[in-house]
Amino acid sequence: MSWTIAVDGKACLGSGMCAGARPDVFALDGAHARVLADPVEPDEGLLDVADSCPAAAIVVTGADGTELAPRD
Amino acid sequence: MTTADERVETYPFNKPEGLELSPRYREAREAPGMIKVRLPFGEPAWLATRYEDVRLVLGDRRFSRAAAAAHDEPRSQPYRRPGGILAMDPPDHTRLRVLVASAFTVRRVEKLRPWVREIAGRLVDDMVAAGGPVDLVDSFALPLPVQVICELLGVPAEDRDRFRVWSDALLSTSSLTEQEFGQNHAELRAYMGELVEQRRAEPRDDLMSALIAARADNVDRLTELELVDLCVGVLVAGHETTATQIPNFVHVLLSHPERFAELVAEPARAPEVVEELLRFVPLGAGAAFSRYATEDVEVGGVLVRAGEPVLVSVGSANHDGDRFPDPDELKFDRTETSHLGFGHGVHHCLGAPLARLELQEALLVLAVRLPGLREAAEPEWKTQMLVRGPRRMMVDW
Repeated sequence: MSWTIAVDGKACLGSGMCAGARPDVFALDGAHARVLADPVEPDEGLLDVADSCPAAAIVVTGADGTELAPRD
Repeated sequence: MTTADERVETYPFNKPEGLELSPRYREAREAPGMIKVRLPFGEPAWLATRYEDVRLVLGDRRFSRAAAAAHDEPRSQPYRRPGGILAMDPPDHTRLRVLVASAFTVRRVEKLRPWVREIAGRLVDDMVAAGGPVDLVDSFALPLPVQVICELLGVPAEDRDRFRVWSDALLSTSSLTEQEFGQNHAELRAYMGELVEQRRAEPRDDLMSALIAARADNVDRLTELELVDLCVGVLVAGHETTATQIPNFVHVLLSHPERFAELVAEPARAPEVVEELLRFVPLGAGAAFSRYATEDVEVGGVLVRAGEPVLVSVGSANHDGDRFPDPDELKFDRTETSHLGFGHGVHHCLGAPLARLELQEALLVLAVRLPGLREAAEPEWKTQMLVRGPRRMMVDW
C-alpha cells in the first residue's frame, strides 16, 4: 500500500521547501527538486509538504492511483 | 580550510537610504573563507555572501532557526522580535506553514490575476484623475497589496491606517523602545483576535475563516495564539515587502531609462523584468534571522562549529558574478534567473506567487498607462526598517 511521489520539473521553482522539510525524500542539487525515495510508505507529513510547495509541483499518488496531494 | 579569523566587522554594510550594495560584499565574496560580523546587539556571526554558500545555509537542515531562541541571536534592536513561523524548524514549521501555503500556490494565485489587474488599473485611474505629481507609495504601491491581502485574509482594507502603524513597528529595526514595540505588537494581536472572533461567528470565504475551520477540525494542530499570529504574519508579510518593492522597482527602472523603454515597448515582458529586478534590488539594509549550526558544517571553506550562527546576505548572493555574469547590470534576457530574492529552503517566501503576480501587474499597468513616468523629486527613503525603500516617491508622467 505504498504511495508514489513525483516532482513536475517544469513547474518546480527550486524553492528548496521540500528538500528542507523532508531531506529523506527530496533533494535539490540542481535547479529542480528530485525525488530520492519512491515509492514511499503512507505518511501524512508528505501530503503537507506537497500542499506547501509554492509551485504545487509535488504530486502524491495513492496505491489505487488516486491523487492524494496537492489538495485544493 | 581557514581557521576562524578573529577580526569581527561592524554590520550592516549597506546604507539605509537608497538601494546600493556595499562594495565590501564583493571583497568578501572574492576573498577565501567567510567573514565574521557583529550587529548592534547579540553575538557575532559568520556572514555568507556567495550564492552557493547562502543557498547551502538556507537550504540545509543542519542549520536551524529554532535554535536561535537558546542563543544571544544577532539583531539590530536590543529586544527580540517575535519570529512566528520564521523562528521555527520542521516539523513544527511545516505543520503551520501548510495551513496557509495552499492559499498561495501558483495555481490558486493565478486565478486572481484579472482581479489584481482591475485593482491596479483603478488606482492608476485615480492617479490620472488627480493629476501629477502624486506620491506613488501612498496612491499605488501601498493600496494595491493592501487591498489584495485584506480581501484574501478577511481584514477590512479601510483599517489600513490603523494596522499600518502596528505593521511598521513590527518591521522597524531600532526606532522604538522594547516597551513601544511590545505595545504595538499587543495591539495588532488584539485587533486580529477581535476579527478572528467575528469570523468564527460569521465565517466567510477567506483565509481567516479557513484557518478557524482548520482549528475547529483539530485543536491540536493550531493553537488560538498560533492562529492569530499566522493572520498577523500574513497581513504584515503580505503587503509590506510588495509595497516596498513596487517603488524600488520603479526607481531602478527610471534610473535605467533604456530598460524602462524596453518594458514600455513590450509590456508582456513584465514577468522577466520582475525576475531580474527581484535579483537586482538588494532589499535589506543588512541581514537578520541568523541560522544556527546544529552540527559542524563546512561553508565557504570555513568550518562552522555546532552552536555558531550564520547570517546570509541575499543581496550579495544575487550579485555573485560566479552565478550571474555581469551581476551589477540590469538585463532582462538572462538565462540564469534562479535568484534568491524570495529566500530558499523551508522558509522560502510563502507568498512568492502572489508577490510575483502583484509586481508583474503593477509594472505592466504603469508601463501601459504611464509610459512617460518620471520621478518628480528624489525619493524620501525609509530608515531603520528591515527592508529598504522609499517612504515617499513623487512621480509625474
